[in-house]
Amino acid sequence: RQRTMTDHKTSKEQKYDRQLRLWGDHGQEALENAHVCLINATATGTEILKNLVLPGIGAFTIVDGHKVSGEDVGNNFFLTSSSIGKNRAQAATELLQELNSDVSGNFVEEVSVNVNILYFFHRFSLVIGVQLPESTCLRLGSVLWDAGVTFLVCRTYGLIGYMRLIVKEHTVIESHPDNALEDLRLDQPFTELKHHIESYNLDSMEKKVRLIIDIIVVAKYLEKWYSEHNSQLPKNYKEKEAFRQLIREGILTNENGKPEDEENFEEAIKNVNTTLNPTKVPSATEDIFNAEQCENITSQSPSFWVMAQGVRDFVRNEGNGKLPVRGTIPDMIADSDKFIKLQNVYRDKAMKDAAVVSKHVEALLQSVGKPPESISEEEIKLFCKSAAFLRVVRCRSLAEEYSMDTFNKDEITSCMDSTDSEMVLYLMLHSVDRFYQQHSRYPGVYNYQVEEDINNLKLCVNSLLQEYSLNVNVKDDYIHEFCRYGAAEPHTVAAFLGGSAAQEAIKIITHQFVPFNNTFLYNAMSQTSATFQL
Amino acid sequence: MADGEEPMAVEGCSIGDWDGRWSHVQKFLERTGPFTHPDFEPSEETLQFLLETCKILVIGAGGLGCELLKNLALSGFRHIHVVDMDIIDVSNLNRQFLFRSKDVGRPKADVAAEFINQRVPGCNVVPHFKKIQDFDASFYRQFHITVCGLDSIIARRWINGMLLSLLSYEDGVLDPSSIIPLIDGGTEGFKGNARVILPGMTACIDCTLELYPPQITFPMCTIASMPRLPEHCIEYVRVLQWPKDKPFGDAVGLDGDNPEHVQWVFQESLKRAAEFNITGVTYRLTQGVVKRIIPAVASTNAVIAASCATEVFKIATSAYIPLNNYLVFNDVDGLYTYTFEAERKDNCTACSQVPQKLQFPPSAKLQEVLEYLTENASLQMKSPAITATLEGKNKTLYLQSIASIEERTRPNLCKTLKELGLADGQELAVADATTPQTVLFKLNFTSETCSIKQVQN
Repeated sequence: RQRTMTDHKTSKEQKYDRQLRLWGDHGQEALENAHVCLINATATGTEILKNLVLPGIGAFTIVDGHKVSGEDVGNNFFLTSSSIGKNRAQAATELLQELNSDVSGNFVEEVSVNVNILYFFHRFSLVIGVQLPESTCLRLGSVLWDAGVTFLVCRTYGLIGYMRLIVKEHTVIESHPDNALEDLRLDQPFTELKHHIESYNLDSMEKKVRLIIDIIVVAKYLEKWYSEHNSQLPKNYKEKEAFRQLIREGILTNENGKPEDEENFEEAIKNVNTTLNPTKVPSATEDIFNAEQCENITSQSPSFWVMAQGVRDFVRNEGNGKLPVRGTIPDMIADSDKFIKLQNVYRDKAMKDAAVVSKHVEALLQSVGKPPESISEEEIKLFCKSAAFLRVVRCRSLAEEYSMDTFNKDEITSCMDSTDSEMVLYLMLHSVDRFYQQHSRYPGVYNYQVEEDINNLKLCVNSLLQEYSLNVNVKDDYIHEFCRYGAAEPHTVAAFLGGSAAQEAIKIITHQFVPFNNTFLYNAMSQTSATFQL
Repeated sequence: MADGEEPMAVEGCSIGDWDGRWSHVQKFLERTGPFTHPDFEPSEETLQFLLETCKILVIGAGGLGCELLKNLALSGFRHIHVVDMDIIDVSNLNRQFLFRSKDVGRPKADVAAEFINQRVPGCNVVPHFKKIQDFDASFYRQFHITVCGLDSIIARRWINGMLLSLLSYEDGVLDPSSIIPLIDGGTEGFKGNARVILPGMTACIDCTLELYPPQITFPMCTIASMPRLPEHCIEYVRVLQWPKDKPFGDAVGLDGDNPEHVQWVFQESLKRAAEFNITGVTYRLTQGVVKRIIPAVASTNAVIAASCATEVFKIATSAYIPLNNYLVFNDVDGLYTYTFEAERKDNCTACSQVPQKLQFPPSAKLQEVLEYLTENASLQMKSPAITATLEGKNKTLYLQSIASIEERTRPNLCKTLKELGLADGQELAVADATTPQTVLFKLNFTSETCSIKQVQN
């Protein structure tokens, strides 16, 4: 028989089905249009790339001038012993490319000094730097910061994993929060919702006709409550209990005076906490409205900010201090017809509000000389629906993190007050970098070095603390442990970082879900982690 | 790693090894350290133990399994068995990286073993294209550590029960050499968890059943007469319409992997949705509901399998104190981990050795006992088979999984415990998919005025 469009999904849709359910076709499209650069194909690097190649990233380029060593092959799934002595970028590219023929894999043995580094890196959606010495990080970080290219630094050092994200500004419309509050507007019902609620008359309904909807029950009783409480929502546990009791008293009783089984009333009582959340603009969204990029729209402004100002204008005018209605409601026990009618009340209002926002956005675009089609209706609708979940991530530069004038002394000092805070690992990583600068090697690489390097590493720790005037105590145990590591890159820790970093990269590329800000530390000994904003 | 250094010569390497191969691993085995396990002693023999002697069982060769095999192979483990009853599907390829499109249809265990053995010289992964239930105690007893990457709670409970059954006690004291540690990992979308179970010592799978979120099911009245969401329409077609219409033949059950079946459900669901003015039925949603699809990506599996493999390494080598005992991971918003010690339950059905009680009045029907076994939060049995010793003979009171026996014993469900000839204090033996061993319950008759169902705990 004839195959229709809906009959057979393309083989790519089948292959990527499980991830399409997380970031959608548009997320997948963004991924397939991205080109990522990996510097250094160590185990950590290839594990990160594996988790980008498998979901179908458009292209990757590995930059690595090292030759494959025996140690490299030992901990790296994408290097074989036959590649010992060959260029590591090339060897790794072959086996990573083999994972997914949809992806285009490239390698560069080194970025020639004659090539404009800026020109080279500008083509990438994201640069991932792995196992880079501190000085290289800082130099490259500065170039990428000025070029506006997102930089993700990753490092496996013994049983410690480290990631640092550097992006000036990353906007997220679809953050997909785990526990989002519903947008029911029961505390301040819009006109159409008010009319709909009024169309139900609880008192005149017999039991079997009362199979209505729990939020209608809540809305009706809220009217009663408002009239007795100066239009204020029940605020605390006591008041919410009193509100629940009010509803309970409304349950019909049968001839014997026993309460009838009224599911909607029971549901209403149970759900009071979630249905009665006050309608307000979340603080993250407020911050976005107050941001400088939202205030000053130019022809260069990304569409995120243009739409933000559009919604902001809506909130300040037609919205009466409220965001556009989201338009979705949770499922609830109800007769289909009544549920759909109620759902449509919210959907229609959401469409109306989005249309008003559209007008604002059009006017804005015109005022900066851009055609109104530059931002589609679909984009605006999605933005309005996500208005309560917008997020912006801004990371400080590496220069700011390291500079004597701007490093985050307070955060470092207060974290070091708690025993075994992951912050000590951060300080140890800096210390081994100092050691490397002084000795051109990392501490404890060979067995015979471990003992004597402990003292030298301790000197590095102390000089670091002194230079930054950090009055904190780094336990000798950590200094010993970091010598013990001998800059090893055990595969399981590299694999943990590989998964973590790849997902952050996907967040950056798809602009869905929220990236970390900005320093992540993983301790495989204790299986704990922490995120610091440094 | 610094450049230009001489690779370390490795003494006592196996044939096929090259210089520096195990250098990353050796630093943790041949050096003292301040955070090592109290039992740890630096030695070159530990690496040899990993390479030549240590035997690991990996259960599952899917999203977690592929990662686990790679992680273990690159950490020095060479004697690995992998059990998986599934064959490869194209939707596995976005994360189960040991498989390619040419492998679709082949057993996962076989292909995974082939790939690892080829890519990591010296590694000997032995595949088993079987169910875990196909093996008995003598199989499981040969392993030093078991690590699971399963997608089923029933299977987890089964392996948990099997390892518990291997424990031996002398004069009431647990013999430590009979303990086979169980490392268990699970993932769903961007969430995951990893846990370390020392059977007989730490919390087991059954101790923490409530940590597993309940499966989403819709009430029958919603599906049958009050649909509101597109999912309700799909469930209607799957559960009610398919058995009635029998679209592909009399005895043909709905197969979620058959695109023609899914297409039929999709078209019928659209019709049902149209009747109720419900929008949102898509092919993708239909397949998701029919197959109970859980979204999955490579990254989460990578993180969880890495944590699990780290624990296997710690336990096998005593390099560090293992995770005590539960790690939760979520990277929807930044990266979040939470580590805590799950506690043993005093009266856990699986690991506590506390005799389990059933309290019912003699007038209670067997049906009520069955419902209790399946619905009680700590038991959550799937389809328990109940037997008792009556007049010196072993009598099956009810068994669901074999049609002929189900039919024969079905009338017992409506009989009271007294009518069935059961006495106060009698032992009932209950078998179920969730455990390899029968669970013994003691039947206590309550007086008639007591409430019929008494929840244990």
